[in-house]
Amino acid sequence: MSTLVFLETHDGEPTRGGLGVLSKAAALGAGDVSAVVLGTGVRDAAAKAGAHGAAKVFVVEDDALAAPLPQPRVDALEAVVAESGAENVLFAASVLAADVASGLAARLEAGLNWDLTDLRVDGGELVGTRPALGDTVLVEVGWTSTPRIGLVRSGTFDPVESGGTTEVQDVSATFQDFSTQARLVDHLQEESSGPSIEDADVIVAGGRGLGGPEGFSMCEELAAALGGAVAATRAVVDAGWYPYSAQVGQTGKTVSPKLYIALGISGAIQHKVGMQGSGTIVAINKDPNAPIFDFADLGVVGDLAQIAPKLTELLRART
Amino acid sequence: MGCAGFWPLGTGVRHLDGARPLVVRVTRVKIAVCVKQVPDATVHKRIDPDTNRLDRSGEGALNATDVNAVEEALRLKEASGGEVVVVSLGPEKAMDSLRKALAMGADRAVLVSDDAAAGSDLVATSRVLAKALEREEADLVLFGQQSSDGDGAVLWAAVSDRLRRPMVSQVAELTVDGDAVTGKRQTEFGYDVIAAPLPAVVAVSDAINEPRYPSLKGIMGAKSKPQEVFSLADLGVDPGEVGEAGSSTTVRAVAPPPAKSDQVKIEDDGSGAEKIVDYLAEKRLI
Amino acid sequence: MTGVRPADYPPPFSDAEAIGPPTDAPDERIDVGILIVGGGPGGLACAVRLGQLLEEHPDMRERLGEVPVALLEKGKQPGSHLLSGAVMNPRAIRKLFAGRLAIEDMPTYGQVEHEAVYLLTKGGALRIPPPPTMMNRGNWVVSVSELGRFLAEQAEAGGAMILPETAGQKLLVDHGRVAGVRTGDKGRGKDGEPLPNFEPGVDVAARITVLAEGTAGHLTTAAIDHFGLHGRNPQIWALGVKEVWKIPRPLRRVVHTMGWPLRKRARYGEFGGSWIYPMGDEHVSIGFVVGLEYADVELSAHDLLQEFKTHRLVRRILAGGERVAWGAKTITEGGLHSMPSKLNAPGLLLVGEGAGLVNVPRLKGVHYAIESGRVAAETAFAALQRGEVAGRSGALDPYDEALRSSYVWKDLTEVRNMRQAFDKGFYMGGALASAMTLTKGKLPPKDFETQPNAETPLLRTGRATSYPAPDGSYTFDKLSSVFASGNRTRDDQPSHIRVETSVPRDVAEMWHWMCPAQVYEVGDENGDGTVQVLVNPSNCVQCGAISAKGGRLTPPEGGSGPEYTVT
Repeated sequence: MSTLVFLETHDGEPTRGGLGVLSKAAALGAGDVSAVVLGTGVRDAAAKAGAHGAAKVFVVEDDALAAPLPQPRVDALEAVVAESGAENVLFAASVLAADVASGLAARLEAGLNWDLTDLRVDGGELVGTRPALGDTVLVEVGWTSTPRIGLVRSGTFDPVESGGTTEVQDVSATFQDFSTQARLVDHLQEESSGPSIEDADVIVAGGRGLGGPEGFSMCEELAAALGGAVAATRAVVDAGWYPYSAQVGQTGKTVSPKLYIALGISGAIQHKVGMQGSGTIVAINKDPNAPIFDFADLGVVGDLAQIAPKLTELLRART
Repeated sequence: MGCAGFWPLGTGVRHLDGARPLVVRVTRVKIAVCVKQVPDATVHKRIDPDTNRLDRSGEGALNATDVNAVEEALRLKEASGGEVVVVSLGPEKAMDSLRKALAMGADRAVLVSDDAAAGSDLVATSRVLAKALEREEADLVLFGQQSSDGDGAVLWAAVSDRLRRPMVSQVAELTVDGDAVTGKRQTEFGYDVIAAPLPAVVAVSDAINEPRYPSLKGIMGAKSKPQEVFSLADLGVDPGEVGEAGSSTTVRAVAPPPAKSDQVKIEDDGSGAEKIVDYLAEKRLI
Repeated sequence: MTGVRPADYPPPFSDAEAIGPPTDAPDERIDVGILIVGGGPGGLACAVRLGQLLEEHPDMRERLGEVPVALLEKGKQPGSHLLSGAVMNPRAIRKLFAGRLAIEDMPTYGQVEHEAVYLLTKGGALRIPPPPTMMNRGNWVVSVSELGRFLAEQAEAGGAMILPETAGQKLLVDHGRVAGVRTGDKGRGKDGEPLPNFEPGVDVAARITVLAEGTAGHLTTAAIDHFGLHGRNPQIWALGVKEVWKIPRPLRRVVHTMGWPLRKRARYGEFGGSWIYPMGDEHVSIGFVVGLEYADVELSAHDLLQEFKTHRLVRRILAGGERVAWGAKTITEGGLHSMPSKLNAPGLLLVGEGAGLVNVPRLKGVHYAIESGRVAAETAFAALQRGEVAGRSGALDPYDEALRSSYVWKDLTEVRNMRQAFDKGFYMGGALASAMTLTKGKLPPKDFETQPNAETPLLRTGRATSYPAPDGSYTFDKLSSVFASGNRTRDDQPSHIRVETSVPRDVAEMWHWMCPAQVYEVGDENGDGTVQVLVNPSNCVQCGAISAKGGRLTPPEGGSGPEYTVT
């Protein structure tokens, strides 16, 4: 079973997500693993691919691939898949990669499974895991034909350096007329004021237990120390302690950060459904019977006003 | 498929929500909006153990982010004239949800409904949708961000490849200027401004607008607007190319997520903060 | 402090908010023939019957304009806000669909074959012979929410224009006659400010308006005030909380209980009981009802249901099962003496539970709603057919005449004093009720008085200590129950609940315990002996209890509230 991993590059560097999927593909230990980089000036990225387990890296260098646009990448990948004979084509989800994977699936009439949070090989078959219904069930998905296209949820696999070297193979692609019609005319750097709660890897959320609107400064400081965003429960948004845009839950936003720190949140189901997909949940609450302790990975029963500032201080000291 | 459906009407700028010019050079555009009926968010959702598919027997609703696409289409139409048609694939009762788009102001609804299409995966769905869209010869095909039932995500890219049209996704601001469309696309690295000639496919993000409420007159008028239902045969699609037969992915099993086995609950004895730091470090979260 | 009466802290609300002249220009308003407010059994039966009549008289369809029949429903769809036991007497629905549909074509859970009534104590259950009023052989178990959706399909097939997610906000009264209804605004922010997607309500002008709002109706209450239609007694309500359970073993009989966990002494004012009805082999409907004249600050109908479920009689039925639905609703309980003095006014007809048509001893109202809706349709149609100006005073009197000569009136007259008898406590009430049943209401000869629910002086007995702690699988807290109701109301809309927000602690706590949806919380002391009442309106399932106990429920933005499907 041969696997090809799409390595998205940004400023010539492969993204962490792509290297993570590549590392995972190598760790599956089922057949050849190669990578593909597309763009201009991306040849250096190939070496990094080798260090993360790709025995071979296919490179398509073409001006048509200079801008981060999906459609020419579908054309290039079509050529690389034909050249490599890959049976699995894996992507780390991103705005760009999702479009590329879907376009490629249509082009090759291939099956696409997305939002995968795990991959394994079972009886010679590739099997993926996809959470569904707000992460309340896990669906085991497979493919009935090749190539099998898989899009892995962002941040699922960490890159692991195995230190290997790689063989680079150039491939040339022909581009469809329609693929090159969309043009990048401008790029605007994001006005950064910290990540939004939908994008944040870390969220510090506050509830009634903060005692009042002033309690949110504790959340903000802790979030700043972790490079995260601040969220709030409906109760405190209703009470006017924090803006509606930060509300997480049934009638607010649904988030799935890697780390969710809940300060003074009881954990009613209306809140839980908005954050239960979080990777790790840490809760601090003075009420030992708060429902949040039923689903927190780490629960600390205690006084927020004591613990949270100290936690911020300790985290600041580490960096 | 050409641009026969639009013609210049003059020049003008219209600020609909007080900020953003939508249409620079005014043209009449025919817009097809791809929408989907999903199980109502309020209804307890489940996966049917017999089919491993989402149980769609309950009440349906128009997928929330598709409503943003309908809204954007209506704003373009209001600024420039033209026509908005909503296109969907689903069971016949999905027409009830399409009617919400008609109540908002869309002109027509087209539903492809065929038992053989049930269970279609992304590739098979895009095949049917592309066929339906080819009939419409729209200048602009709009999609919403993704569907709340987890299916059909990134469908626009597959459809645009089949339609052989340029595509811009994750668009937070959309401008139609004469025979071109410009979208501000939000990515992990900021905003890319992307231009493409019409006809084109655009997927909008849910940040693009705040959808309107259908007016009572709109709701009453919706019932008498054209609502067409097509079978696969009407579209010339071979039933073998869709449904489970035409799909290349499969659901092997459905299971609850593993119970959290390593939950820790401690009483703070003054070292709570240190213990949290240790825990986060051990989990490599810091 | 005890002895406080919630009625002494009236809500900031005036009828002017619910009643007024039309404001839209004629070219902006929507004109319909007959407008029905409320997609419950009464309103939908009215729409169905009108459809039948229009089919028989196509000329009338022309005369009534582009939209002969329209129906406003504040829920997401008809059925969304419907909740009842329910065991339905099939008489009215059979008549409505006579020659068209059999009851077997409708969504039911079959006919009652076996029934049992128990008098409960904490540890025991005494099976007693069903009182004659509680005999249910031949009646049908239904989900009124499912029935509503079925009736809506029938009404639409008959040509009615059903407009869901649309609240009837204001009754339009023009020169002394009802001229239609103004619908609610959509897209307002918390402080009432229009949001960018603001969509104003619109005047829906109608020749005849039928109010079928059900319990504690917003427009109905205002109309009764405006037209001076108060009955001889004030209206009173009970609050019912219901769950639907999936169960491992079928239940073969309809069960009612009286007694525990309610207290029998008159001073507590705790009148009520429970039901458990089979819904096919796999589900049961279980509910607990308590009259809102109760006195105890800490009485909570939701927690009484949870407590009731801990009784061994109930555990035997539910054990190993799973809760699949939850909801709450008030029941209009005043009976004949509390009904409006007239059920029509110029241009207006009152139908169903909103008009007080509930038989409390028999635990029945659905069939009266259907029958009154059908009669209202026939009256309205006949008036328009004979070219009557419906706004003329007395033009719709044939509606009252027809109802008064029907079985509805006969039934309600027989039981007219039975509910009030239980103000005297459980045993006295039971004895009086028996006398009334035996004599078909002739004895005792005196008619009974009632006082408004909000006038009961409050008392404290530490009642809450007996409620079970929710375990999340068999017994439940209020918030997870609200979640199970499907409620996901937009949070940033104006509050639709009017209450005085500075009240004695006893009143604030009483609301807190009373509300099954955790809408009210007790806030800080004001320093003058009162406390702040914090209101979470988006939890509200629109049961109506607050209107009975000293506040005023108004309709929130259309489409808000619970999403009942099997209740």
